[in-house]
Amino acid sequence: MNGSKWGSALAVLVVVSLLALLGFGLTRDADTLASPLVGGTAPDFELPKLDDDGMVSLSDLRGSPVVVNFWASWCLACIQEHPVLIDAWRTYRDQGVKMVGIVYQDTRENARRYLRERGGGWTQVTDPGTRVAIDFGVYGVPETFFIDPRGIITHKHIGPVTDEIMHREIGVLLAAARSPTGVEPAASSAGPPAGLTKAPSGGTS
Amino acid sequence: MSRAGVLIAVMLLAWPVPGVSAQPSTRPSVPVGKDLDALTAEVAAQLRCPVCRQLSVQDSPSDLAQEIKGVIRGRLAAGESPEEVKAYFVSKYGEWILLSPPKRGIALLVWALPILALGAGGVVLGVVLRGWLPGGRASRGERPDPASTAAP
Amino acid sequence: MIGQAGTLALAMALVVALYGIVISVIGARRDSPPLVASGRNAALAFFALSTLAVVAMEYALFTHDFSIRYVAEVGSRSTPGLITAISIWAALEGSILFWLWVLSLYTALCVWIYRHRHRKELPYVTATLLGIGVFFLAVLLGPSNPFAAVSPVPPDGPGPNPLLQNHPLMALHPPAQYLGYVGFSVPYAFAIAALATGKVDAWWVRAVRRWTLIAWIFLTVSIIAGGWWAYEVLGWGGYWAWDPVENAALMPWLVGTAFLHSVMVQERREMLRGWNVALIVTTFALTIFGTFLTRSGVLGSVHAFSESVIGPLFLGFLAIVLLFSTFMVLLRSRRLRSPGRLDSLLSREAAFLVADLLFLAITFTVFLGTIFPLVAEAATGARVSVGAPYFNRMTVPLLAAVVFLMGVGPALPWRASGRGALKARFLVPAVMGSAAAVIAFALGGGGFWPLLTFGLAGFSLTAMGSEVLKGVRTRVRRGEAGHLGALARLVAGNRRRYGGYVVHAGVIMAAVAIAASWNHRVEEEATLSVGEEMVAGKYSIRLDGLRGLQEPNRFAVVAHVTIEKGGAAIDERSPRLNFYPFREQPVPTPTVHSSVIEDVFLDLMAFAEDGSTATLKVVVMPLVVWLWISGGVMAAGTVVAIWPEKRRAYELVFARREVADAEGCEPEAAPEEVLV
Repeated sequence: MNGSKWGSALAVLVVVSLLALLGFGLTRDADTLASPLVGGTAPDFELPKLDDDGMVSLSDLRGSPVVVNFWASWCLACIQEHPVLIDAWRTYRDQGVKMVGIVYQDTRENARRYLRERGGGWTQVTDPGTRVAIDFGVYGVPETFFIDPRGIITHKHIGPVTDEIMHREIGVLLAAARSPTGVEPAASSAGPPAGLTKAPSGGTS
Repeated sequence: MSRAGVLIAVMLLAWPVPGVSAQPSTRPSVPVGKDLDALTAEVAAQLRCPVCRQLSVQDSPSDLAQEIKGVIRGRLAAGESPEEVKAYFVSKYGEWILLSPPKRGIALLVWALPILALGAGGVVLGVVLRGWLPGGRASRGERPDPASTAAP
Repeated sequence: MIGQAGTLALAMALVVALYGIVISVIGARRDSPPLVASGRNAALAFFALSTLAVVAMEYALFTHDFSIRYVAEVGSRSTPGLITAISIWAALEGSILFWLWVLSLYTALCVWIYRHRHRKELPYVTATLLGIGVFFLAVLLGPSNPFAAVSPVPPDGPGPNPLLQNHPLMALHPPAQYLGYVGFSVPYAFAIAALATGKVDAWWVRAVRRWTLIAWIFLTVSIIAGGWWAYEVLGWGGYWAWDPVENAALMPWLVGTAFLHSVMVQERREMLRGWNVALIVTTFALTIFGTFLTRSGVLGSVHAFSESVIGPLFLGFLAIVLLFSTFMVLLRSRRLRSPGRLDSLLSREAAFLVADLLFLAITFTVFLGTIFPLVAEAATGARVSVGAPYFNRMTVPLLAAVVFLMGVGPALPWRASGRGALKARFLVPAVMGSAAAVIAFALGGGGFWPLLTFGLAGFSLTAMGSEVLKGVRTRVRRGEAGHLGALARLVAGNRRRYGGYVVHAGVIMAAVAIAASWNHRVEEEATLSVGEEMVAGKYSIRLDGLRGLQEPNRFAVVAHVTIEKGGAAIDERSPRLNFYPFREQPVPTPTVHSSVIEDVFLDLMAFAEDGSTATLKVVVMPLVVWLWISGGVMAAGTVVAIWPEKRRAYELVFARREVADAEGCEPEAAPEEVLV
C-alpha cells in the first residue's frame, strides 16, 4: 500500500519538476552564449588595414579604451547597427576611445563598398583566415567587444548594438580609464553567468 | 538468479566501454600527411560547430567550421595534443563547444544517471518478477488463503 | 474572403468540439444513446469543418492569395505545383492546421468504426480526442492563425524553405510523422476512457491494437524517411545527428514500442494494467513534448520553427495532459493493481518485461541527454553540449541488447519453458550468430560493438527463421501443401505473430545497416581543379567540370563528377549548390551513388568564382540502402500483423491447433478480436 503512495508522490514530483525545468527553458535565449573571455585579457592581434598597407596591433592601443566590432557586408544586423556605431565614434573619439572594425568572412571590395555607402571613419582591418575571430570566440556577426585600458574585456555584445548599450559600456571603460587603480567592471552590464568565468575581484593594478 | 545478477553487473560495467566514439590519445610524435588529416577529423568530430549547432565541426558545411578545422590542423601540426587543441577552443567558446559533456561537475550526472537508472530498473524488475513466481510474495498474497495474510 | 472562410470553419469547429465534449460526457454518465449519438455527430462535424479549413488553405496557396500572411510567408509564384501543395506544412501555422486535420480524421474514423461497440466507454474516447482538438483549435484561432491577413498585400512571396524543395521525401516525412504522432492520441483516449469508466481490464488494449500498430508504423516510416531525407539533402553525409527534434520523434517511438509489446502480456495474462496505462500516457505526453520542442525554440535545432509565443501554450497543454492523466491514474489506482503471475523467468512475459526495461532505459538516456543542457544551466548557469558522441556511446549497448532480445523473445513460449528445450532451441542460432560475427570481421574488420551487433543479428534472424521453418515443415510433412503454400497458411493462421517476425527482421536489418554504415565509413575532402582526381576508399572521383544553371526559382552551381572503381568509370553524378533569392546561405544538393553493397556520397562544398576548382566531400558507407529497405520491410510486417482475420470458425480452430503443434505446447490464449 505505502509503496504505491510513495510511487505516486514521486511521479507527481517528477512531472512538476520537469514542467518547471521546461518553463525555465522558455525564459532563456538558446542562441546567445556567454563568452569565457569576458573578464580576461583580450587576445592580441596584428591585422592588415582595409584601406592601406599598414598593420594595426591591439597591444599598441593599450592604455586607451577600445571597442572592437566584428562585422560583414552581407550581414543585415550589421547594417542595422552601423548608424549606432557612427554616433558612438563621433561622441567618444575625443575622449580617447579607440574603435576598430574587423571584417569577418568577406572580401575587401565588399567591405570598402559598404563603408563608402554607409560612412565610417574609424580603423578598419581584415582578418585573413578568420583566425582572430576564432581567437575571440566569435561565431556570428555582429559581435562587439569592450576592452578597458588594461586590455581586459569588460563586456561582449552579441547582435546589433544600440545607443544605450554603447553609452553604458563605453561609460564603464571610461570610468576604468579615469580610476588610478583600475576599477573592476560595474555589475550593471550583463556579465557572464556564475560558474562560467571568474571576474577579477578587488582592484588590482 | 545470482548468475543473472552477475551477468547484469558485467553488462553495466561494460557499458561505457570506449570503442563507440574513441577519444584520441595523446600522441608523442607530430602527425603529418594522412595521419594529420585523420587526427584533424577526429578532433573536429568532437567539437560543436558554433554556426550549425546541431553538427560537429567535421560535418558542418559552414565557412567558420572550415576555418576552425584549419586552426585545429595548424595546432596539431605544431605539436599540440588533441586535448590541448580542445582546451584552446573551450577557452574561447566555452564548455558547450565540446560535443560530449565533460565527465566532471554537474555534467557527471548525464553520464552516471542512465547507468544508475538501468541498474535500479533492473533491480526493481528482478524483485517484482521474483515476487510473481510461484511461491513468491505477491502470488501468495493473491490467493484468499487466511494463512498467507500474515506473510511479510 | 478565403481567409475569413477558413477562420470561420475553425471557429465553428471549436464550438462543435466543445459541444461534443460536454454532450459525450453527459451522455455517458446518463447512459443516454441519443446524447452519445449527438456527441458522435459533433465529432464527425469536427472532421468536416477541419477538412474545410484545410481545403481553404490549399486553395489560397494554389491561387497565390498573398493577402493571407501564411501564404505570403511560404508561397511563391515560381514554386512548382507539388511544392505548393505541400507548403501547407512548410511553416508553423500551417503545420498546426495539418495536425488538427489529422486528429479530426482519426477522431471521425474512431467514432464511426466503433459506433455500435463499447457503448459505455466510447463517449469518453470521443471527449478526450475532442479535448485535444480544442487545444489545437485554440492555438489556431489565437496566436497561430494561418488565415491571418497581412497588409499591404505583397505581390509575391519567398517560397517555402529551400530545404523543403530539394527532395520528394519532403512530401512523405511530415504527413507520416503527423499520422504517427497524432495516431497515438487514439490509444491514449481509450486509456482515459478506461480510467474514466473504471473498466481497466484488457478491453481497451484489445480495441486499440490495430490503431497502435498503425500509429507505430507511420512514426517508424517517418523517422526513417527523415533520416533518408537528411542523408540525401543535407551535406554532411549522415542520417542521424541526435538533434533534439530527432530525439523528440524517437522517444515516443521507443515507449510506443514498449507499449505495443507490453499490452500482449495484459491481453494474455491480465497483468500490468497500471503499467500499460502509464506507458501509453508517457507515449502520448512525449508526442506533445516533441511538438513543444519543435515549436518553442527551447533547444536549438535544425528543425525548429522560429521561436514564438506558442511555446508556453504547448508547455501548458503538456502540463494539463500530465497532471490530468496522473490524477486519473491515481483515482483508479486500486483497480489498476493487477497481481502478477509468472510461471517461469524463461517465458515470453518475462522477456517482454525485460524489453520494456531496455526501451525505457534507452528513452531515459535520450531524454536526459536532450534536456540536460537545460538542467545544467538551471543548476549552475553553465552551458554544456550533449551531442552525438554521447548518445552513440550510451545507447549502442542497449540497442544491441534489444537486437538480442528480438531473437530470444519470440522463441520463448508463453508461461514457461524448460531449460533443456531452450538450449536446444538456441544452440543453432548461437552458432550462426558467432559465424556471422566472424564473417563480418573477415570482410571488413571492425570494433567490438558493430561485430557484436552483427553476431546478435545472425542469432536473432536464425532463431526466428527456425521457428518459421518448423511451422512450415509441420505442414509439409502433413501433406497439406508445398513449402510456399505451407508458409502462406502458417502466416495466415497467426498473422499477428508472423507479421511481428517480419517487423523484427526489418529492425534487425536496420541495426545491421546502421552498424555497418556508421563504423566502416570513409570520409575524404579535397579541392580539385577540373580534370583532377581524388581517392576515397576503393573509388576514384574526378572533377570533369563546373557550370552555372539558372532555374525558375533558383540559381545553381553544378559540379560534374565521374566515379571510377578499379579503373573503370561506373557513374557520373552532379552535386550542386543552390542559391535561392531571399536566402543568404546556399543550399547544397548532394548526390549519392547507391548500390546494395555501399553508397558513395558526394557533396559540393565550395567552388572558385572563376569555375576552376571545386571542393568536394566524398563519403563511402556500406549497406546504407538496407536501412531504407528495412522501413519497407517493417511496413510490410505491420500490414500483415493488422490484416483482418477471416471469420471462418473452423479455420480459426485449425490454425490454433497448428500453432500449438508447432510450438509443442498449449494452444494460445483467447482468440483475438477479429474486427478492428
